[in-house]
Amino acid sequence: MIRKDARLLLEVKGLRAKVGGAEIVKGLDLVVRAGEVHAIMGPNGSGKSTFAKTLAGHPAYEVTGGTAVFEGRSIFEMAPEERARAGLFLGFQYPVEIPGVSNSAFLRLAYNTLQPARGRDELDPLEFDDLAREKMKLLDMDPAFLDRSVNEGFSGGEKKRNEILQMALLEPRFAILDETDSGLDIDALRVVANGVNHLATPDNAIVLVTHYQRMLNYIVPDYVHVMEGGRIVRTGGKTLAEELEARGYDWVRAA
Amino acid sequence: MSSVLENLVNQPYQHGFVTDIESDTAPKGLNEDTIRFISAKKSEPEWLLEFRLKAYRHWLTMAEPQWPNVKYPKIDFQDIIYYSAPKPKKLASMDEVDPELLKTFEKLGVPMNERAKLAGVAVDVIFDSVSVATTYKQKLADVGIIFCSISEAVREHPDLVRQYMGSVVPAGDNYYAALNSAVFTDGSFCFIPRGVRCPMELSTYFRINTESSGQFERTLIVAEEGSHVSYLEGCTAPKFDTNQLHAAVVELITLDDAEIKYSTVQNWYAGDENGVGGIYNFVTKRGLCKGVNSKISWTQVETGSAITWKYPSCVLLGDNSIGEFYSVALTNHHQQADTGTKMVHIGRNTRSRIIAKGISAGQSNNSYRGLVKIGPRAANARNYSQCDSMLIGSKCGANTFPYIQVQNHGATVEHEASTSKIGEDQLFYFASRGIGAEEAVSMIINGFCRDVFQQLPMEFAVEATKLLGLKLEGSVG
Repeated sequence: MIRKDARLLLEVKGLRAKVGGAEIVKGLDLVVRAGEVHAIMGPNGSGKSTFAKTLAGHPAYEVTGGTAVFEGRSIFEMAPEERARAGLFLGFQYPVEIPGVSNSAFLRLAYNTLQPARGRDELDPLEFDDLAREKMKLLDMDPAFLDRSVNEGFSGGEKKRNEILQMALLEPRFAILDETDSGLDIDALRVVANGVNHLATPDNAIVLVTHYQRMLNYIVPDYVHVMEGGRIVRTGGKTLAEELEARGYDWVRAA
Repeated sequence: MSSVLENLVNQPYQHGFVTDIESDTAPKGLNEDTIRFISAKKSEPEWLLEFRLKAYRHWLTMAEPQWPNVKYPKIDFQDIIYYSAPKPKKLASMDEVDPELLKTFEKLGVPMNERAKLAGVAVDVIFDSVSVATTYKQKLADVGIIFCSISEAVREHPDLVRQYMGSVVPAGDNYYAALNSAVFTDGSFCFIPRGVRCPMELSTYFRINTESSGQFERTLIVAEEGSHVSYLEGCTAPKFDTNQLHAAVVELITLDDAEIKYSTVQNWYAGDENGVGGIYNFVTKRGLCKGVNSKISWTQVETGSAITWKYPSCVLLGDNSIGEFYSVALTNHHQQADTGTKMVHIGRNTRSRIIAKGISAGQSNNSYRGLVKIGPRAANARNYSQCDSMLIGSKCGANTFPYIQVQNHGATVEHEASTSKIGEDQLFYFASRGIGAEEAVSMIINGFCRDVFQQLPMEFAVEATKLLGLKLEGSVG
């Protein structure tokens, strides 16, 4: 939902970022206000995922220029865990497996780590179990996933659900979801998209990074941005995504 | 490896200090006179001196083992002090113990005196080579349990010692066991009589104190028919720049329906971050399940020593007997570990279980080496082995050397192995959820070691968890 007077959450100006010696993001600008849903689309290699990981602070990604201010704080001066505590969330394209660490212990530690910053109490294992089960219903997840090791042996779709479960538990102010739709069959896509819709509030913002517009049939973005060559080359509304789907990315390049 | 990981691993050794106590020390070097000196110092009977000399003469014919996957400069056995004892005093109570020594225990956090009572732990403390104080002896004596130093056992219970010592690890078993048999100075003796369930965990803290005094202790635990005991061994050593040799022998014997559970947390000085100094820990530990339905269970958490060479083993002689080995071996910096177990199935329906977890960080090298041997008579024998390695950073190594020998067709042997790595991506995953690197590593490591930690007595499990966190501090990031 676009409200011109909504609070500014994130302002990125002239961001440049390198990974493995190559500059991938080359001057990216983006403004996100509370209550908004954005979609960042673009062909492979256009810098979408690099942007997402750079925002979250992946150590392999080096910021070489520009600024990013999140709720008044310059996030590139914050460690990745501080960014998370401040309310930034990255939904991973390829969530890692952590053998031997139970999902419930991991989720609870993450949850409890974030609560002091929100002025809320930590939960004991029993209280947390109740909360986790409730959130899992939203994503049609079997509570058995709490007892398994984090992402270990999960199918692609199960991993993505587990990401959105974390978003549901951690209630970030700003979530950037990197290719959450990839690897999902049509039913899972609907469930996950419903979950994300459910989590969108007037106080937070969601940025969907996606290659295809099919998820946008379920989650309607306020803005669609097209990335190309490490920058946003075009911004429009929902119709831009449909146009892209019909005409391909070459059409943007030509334009 | 990023700096967070490095800081985690590079935590300085916290037990590095030397206690100034007047020593009664043998001159450097090893010959028959050294052995006679030790034996005389301890007023030993003739048969024990013979045992030592025989072992020494055998040792002279043996060669140092070359097969372990470890590297170190040749040890000069003539450059080692083989006997070093705090000045002997008659001690009626803890108040008479040298305050320096008590301070040492204080620093080590050894639960003695009131603390020992509160913790319900009887501690037979080995300080260098002579037992200084034994607590709780009376309470144990009431149920017929003998728990004392090996020297005292030789004096007070010579027949028991003579019957069992060397019956599991013969004097000439291997190079270091032979050396130990020749020059052992002290250690613990524990005897649980028929049908007795030991009312408390028995605990010994070993500590090497004199610079370049190799410590050669010897532990002997005998559990008679239907008895049960849980024994804890904890180890720390101060830091010196010369490597110290530690060659211990531990022998366990269970008769029919008896059980011994032996747990170790080893945190000897591992050398500095450049690999200078540290303990050479060359240990022979073996248990004999002599009786039917008997059980021996080894649990070890090995975090210290420059080099660890150790294979706590079970010889499953009695029908239906059970051997278990649960191990966490952590190496950091330039530490080297070649550790594992041997399960030798001789009796029918014998079972063994091996759970080995190796964690390598820094530039260390960590090898699991294990033998499962099913003898021709061991019908229906079963073994399950699981060996998992975890790598932290990209300069360390992990190896698994399983040896499986099966001579009975009715046996079942299973072996599973895995290797994983704490990588940047895992740590970033935690970080992106607000969890810092140290907490992340601790959680990953504890998850990895869970199957082993579950086997430790509660207070040891807590200690082990803390220790791993401490040892890895700075290694992540």
